[in-house]
Amino acid sequence: MKILSEVGRYLVLMKQVFRKPEKQSIYRKQLWLEMDNLGLDSLGIVAIISIFMGAVVTIQMAFNVDSPLIPLYTIGFATRKSVILEFSPTIVSLILAGKVGSRIASEIGTMRVTEQIDALEIMGINPAAFLILPKIIASIIIYPFLILVSMFLAISGGWLAGSLTGLVATNDYVYGLQYQFKMFDITYALIKTVVFAFLTASVSGYYGYYTSGGALEVGRSSTKAVVNSSIMIILFNLILTQLLLA
Amino acid sequence: MIEAINVSKSFNNHEVLKNISVKFEKGKTNLIIGQSGSGKTVLMKCLVGLFPIDKGSINFDGRSFSTISYEEKKKVRQEIGMLFQGGALFDSMNVEENVVFPLSMFTEMSNNEKIERANFCLKRVNLENVNKLFPSELSGGMKKRVAIARAISANPKYLFCDEPNSGLDPATSIVIDNLISEITQEYQITTVINTHDMNSVIEIGDKIAFIYKGNLWWEGDKNSILHTDNKEINDFVYATELTRRLKGK
Ligand SMILES: Nc1ncnc2c1ncn2[C@@H]1O[C@H](COP(=O)(O)OP(=O)(O)OP(=O)(O)O)[C@@H](O)[C@H]1O
Ligand SMILES: [Mg+2]
Repeated sequence: MKILSEVGRYLVLMKQVFRKPEKQSIYRKQLWLEMDNLGLDSLGIVAIISIFMGAVVTIQMAFNVDSPLIPLYTIGFATRKSVILEFSPTIVSLILAGKVGSRIASEIGTMRVTEQIDALEIMGINPAAFLILPKIIASIIIYPFLILVSMFLAISGGWLAGSLTGLVATNDYVYGLQYQFKMFDITYALIKTVVFAFLTASVSGYYGYYTSGGALEVGRSSTKAVVNSSIMIILFNLILTQLLLA
Repeated sequence: MIEAINVSKSFNNHEVLKNISVKFEKGKTNLIIGQSGSGKTVLMKCLVGLFPIDKGSINFDGRSFSTISYEEKKKVRQEIGMLFQGGALFDSMNVEENVVFPLSMFTEMSNNEKIERANFCLKRVNLENVNKLFPSELSGGMKKRVAIARAISANPKYLFCDEPNSGLDPATSIVIDNLISEITQEYQITTVINTHDMNSVIEIGDKIAFIYKGNLWWEGDKNSILHTDNKEINDFVYATELTRRLKGK
């Protein structure tokens, strides 16, 4: 029951978010700010995690295919597959749910408890749209870029690890990367990414927007935002995989 | 004129406003007074629609505010300026951006015009050379004054101030009271002020509504409040030794 009413409230809020903006130019300015805040700020953590995860995936593959019957290029092939299909879109989105989600929820939650949202409302502005819409759009624009960077870095990390440890030669690795390459894998990853971006920004915006109380509740909303965004990502990952790959 | 008719409001079975009917007139500073916790802030938030009311209606110059659609409400609100008890400045914007914000949103003014207007409003609340500071860098009283400047920047037709001079020293308080009173007359604004400061009551109380435990207990003005024999009003007015001594004279 409680879940149903929360989903209902979330949908009502989304309807409010997608109303016509009062003034396009102000919203556009807000969008630029958010792209900077949410996206470029996350580039560092995405880069570090991707390089290391790519390296780990490659090394593990190398140990797993330690049999003369399996060609070495399988390592490159498998690294590419796991990075593009799952690691970059899903795991990186989960990590971003922590960073971006808590940021959105605590920012909006603080505005709620200090009456800044009421102040917007009183001016005749639709606060839900003004605060949440630019964050959703910014995430949808920035996430695919971050995920593409992540794919590139993870695969590079794998190559670096493979060749430095001597587990797989560059030739084999690169051959594996290109072996039976399907563009659709990238499309699939980006579709997932966009959905995850929307979920993270909107779910976190929801928890921030309906914060009530004080500083303590802001912390609580921010935790709920991260936990529930992550659950939604996992759930939609399953649904989208079924829909797109089946 | 703003009119509340039979307004009631409860929070989880706790009735905060009980059947309040009151009129606030144009060109006058209308004061809502009462003890802490009596329901002043709740009444003000009901007037501007931040709290939905349980019963009754609210009219802005004959336009029923409590029944109209969201988009129509937004139109009326563009004519409202409001000072919140806690200031409610936008943390992410500096002083100037805060004051300019309503202008950017709803006017076609050029950047220079907007900044000129912001400086004018800031000057009227005795603030100069603070344009680039952020709210976290201001004192409590300065925040309050910036919030007043923001509330008046877009030339509102209706001005709501929740405790405009709590946290200000007596001299600054008087400057703020006089400012609000002046612009009210000058631009014929309908101004509603929550206060429990007796100085403001005597200075600018064109019309006074006394709220007692959620009821509209007494109505009058700055002269009649000193001569009424209503017990609760007298307890409120003559709560301090200073006022009691003055009364004795
Ligand atoms: N959002 C809310 N939820 C539940 N109760 C509330 C809420 N806001 C106010 N109240 C209750 O309403 C009553 C009146 O509060 P209000 O803030 O209007 O007092 P006030 O007259 O403005 O006091 P002060 O002078 O201290 O600002 C209080 O008992 C308060 O507990
Ligand atoms: Mg109050």
